[in-house]
Amino acid sequence: MTVGLAHYLTVSVVLFCLGLLGVIARRNVVIVYMALELMLNATNLALVAFSRFNHNLEGQVMVFFIITVAAAEVAVGLALIVALYRKRQTAHVEDLASMRL
Amino acid sequence: MQDILFYVFAALTLVCGFLVVANPISRSPVTSALFLVLTIVSLSGLFVLLHAFFLAAVQIVVYAGAALVLFLFVIMMLDLKAEERRRITRLGLIGGGLVAVAMAWLFRVVPREAALVASGPAHVEGSTPALGALLFTQYLLPFEAISLVLVAGMVGAILLSRKEPS
Repeated sequence: MTVGLAHYLTVSVVLFCLGLLGVIARRNVVIVYMALELMLNATNLALVAFSRFNHNLEGQVMVFFIITVAAAEVAVGLALIVALYRKRQTAHVEDLASMRL
Repeated sequence: MQDILFYVFAALTLVCGFLVVANPISRSPVTSALFLVLTIVSLSGLFVLLHAFFLAAVQIVVYAGAALVLFLFVIMMLDLKAEERRRITRLGLIGGGLVAVAMAWLFRVVPREAALVASGPAHVEGSTPALGALLFTQYLLPFEAISLVLVAGMVGAILLSRKEPS
């Protein structure tokens, strides 16, 4: 059986769910952030696969923009984490509960 | 040959992705970050198999090169020694697993309903000239706008991580 769209989408879905698992189960902000990156990459893979198998280059343009935005987002998010750590001396989500009702 | 490569890269991606999220041996964020590098490199291998050559290069340069270096620098600055002793709570693991499985099931069901079928053999080539032509004609405005996003991100990062004048 030759490798087709379904195979790539399966990899993408499994990777996305791994990222989701990480966001929910891990308690370290930095690792939660890495899991978010995993989810972004999973969607990128799906978009590139769609673009390839539907004869349309626009999916790849979209992935280009996603990668660019993700780069800016990583910089800002990590700066936020550093600022948070300076204020609270922790990078653990359970210690960051001051907005809890 | 391509099929074999697909399975190799897919397995590498998923195994390394799993080790980013739940490494049974080491709890350290540094190992997670390094496995994230491996995940991204094998993903760019998948991009090459999809003939998205430009994106594969960008993936390596931007993610594995820039973003992961940022991650490692931040981990180095934060001194997360205390974090390593913390364990994953069972509730979080079970809840996360349930949500992930439900999500996977959803992804499995919805495409069947929407009848998403690839049309014929694949032809699209994501070479740099083709992508560049599209970026500089049809997508010129978003392309310029994204540079504003980058500038905003840069200024924001500097502003946020600056020491507060006391």
